[in-house]
Amino acid sequence: MPDLGAFLAMGGYAGYVWSAYAITALILGLLVVASLRARRSMRSSLDEAEQASPRRRAR
Amino acid sequence: MAKALHRLANPARFLRIASPLLPWIAAGAAVCGGLGLWFGLVGSPPDYQQGDAARIMYVHVPAAWNALAGYAGLAVASAIALVWRHPLALVAARCIAPIGACFTVIAIATGSIWGHPMWGTWWVWDARLTSVVVLLFLYLGYIALLHAFDEQETGERAATVLALIGAVNLPVIKFSVDWWNTLHQPASILRFGGPSIDPAMLLPLMLMAGGFTLLFAYLVIIRMQTELARRRVMALRRAALAVSQPGDA
Amino acid sequence: MTFVRAVVERDLKLYMRGVVDLIGVWMFFGIAIAMLPLSIGPDPDILSRIAPGAAWAIALLASMLSLERVFAPDQLDGSLDLLLLHAPSAHVLVLAKGFAHWLVTGLPFVVLAPVAAIALGMELRGVLPLAGALLIGTPALSLIGTVGAALTAPLRRGGILAALIVLPQTIPVLIFGTAAVSETLMGRDSSAYFSVLGAFTLAALALAPYAGNAALRAVRS
Repeated sequence: MPDLGAFLAMGGYAGYVWSAYAITALILGLLVVASLRARRSMRSSLDEAEQASPRRRAR
Repeated sequence: MAKALHRLANPARFLRIASPLLPWIAAGAAVCGGLGLWFGLVGSPPDYQQGDAARIMYVHVPAAWNALAGYAGLAVASAIALVWRHPLALVAARCIAPIGACFTVIAIATGSIWGHPMWGTWWVWDARLTSVVVLLFLYLGYIALLHAFDEQETGERAATVLALIGAVNLPVIKFSVDWWNTLHQPASILRFGGPSIDPAMLLPLMLMAGGFTLLFAYLVIIRMQTELARRRVMALRRAALAVSQPGDA
Repeated sequence: MTFVRAVVERDLKLYMRGVVDLIGVWMFFGIAIAMLPLSIGPDPDILSRIAPGAAWAIALLASMLSLERVFAPDQLDGSLDLLLLHAPSAHVLVLAKGFAHWLVTGLPFVVLAPVAAIALGMELRGVLPLAGALLIGTPALSLIGTVGAALTAPLRRGGILAALIVLPQTIPVLIFGTAAVSETLMGRDSSAYFSVLGAFTLAALALAPYAGNAALRAVRS
């Protein structure tokens, strides 16, 4: 592993490079988390609705 | 081809095929993204002109590619929905749109950040950046129209037509913007990711592009699963209501 | 043809019934032009340089203001059903609606072009190119706008949404319309730009009926 300080400094472009990667990570991370949470809550609604359904169907 | 599409168009069958694939897609995205990050940030040399700022390319270009490919996917799904009336294509289209819009925002934000050290300003009305901004407007218009109607189905059908209009018009817009750019600016400004790219930079770029694409697919499938579950919930609730109030049915 | 004439005459009558709104649209064009020197400053050099683009952008925005009135009132009171019933095809209806819209919010900007040109300090030899470019290009704006109006026909306040989805689609017209005028003013041969602008309008004439038909089917079933 080369010098960590030099790596973080990105040849003087640290602010640009790291903020670009941070924005990308933030947006993609939020998108993944939001999508997974929406799926989880919708699946529990589905379970509820199927429990309540008159024609109980196995999933 | 049409027959294969027909088979896949059954939501239950789609879920049966797509759900087991999901972990593999996620793993592929993680491996590609991890390797891409390593080669992009550590294992590749800095650009001889732009120095380490060129490393922004490894997130900017894949995001821009996926933003464009996402709109192509949206248009194809809309065409299938309009011609063959496959409900699954409508689900796919509505799930692609917000993800594509997010990738477009990433492309714009990272392009602007990359532009500052290169151009000395946060924003230049460069042909590529302008085209990506227009792409964002197309995504936002699609999403706005999709949610404008009380009836979800009406919104989906309207947005389908809009997506196809945008797909037909997009090459014309792109040509106009490119032409407009040559009219107003000398073509001396920096070109992002030109054809003469160092192979040491091509490897992380391709890895990141693969990772972004797999992540896009992963998100689309997750959201399609959510949407299909939601439709099932609505159907079950309607059925329950019809049973409890038989007179209204 | 008689159907087209009947629809255009009917629409014009309806537009005239709400003529205050219509005058508002024309006044918007004039007032927005007058706001430019107030915000940018009275420097004739700057104003005359941005004049072609400013006139085009403001004409584009102004033509979006009345999209709400193309299909929505007819959809609301049910007369759209009758119109579609009597139309030879929905395509013809879309063309007629687009033409009526252009007569009230396209053609007037062509007439107002000299006022805009003078107000922005454009050289007088730019008046004719500006009016000509608007004459050739604004029909495309109205046709694309009509498709947007069809997509938002059942919405109670669909005007802003219609503008939002229509504006990005009009970028080519805006670019070439402006270029046709400013290149003429710079003394270069601008016939190619006028041709491209005309091609856009012809393409809109050919495609908008199909898009409008698909849009009406999509939102009305």
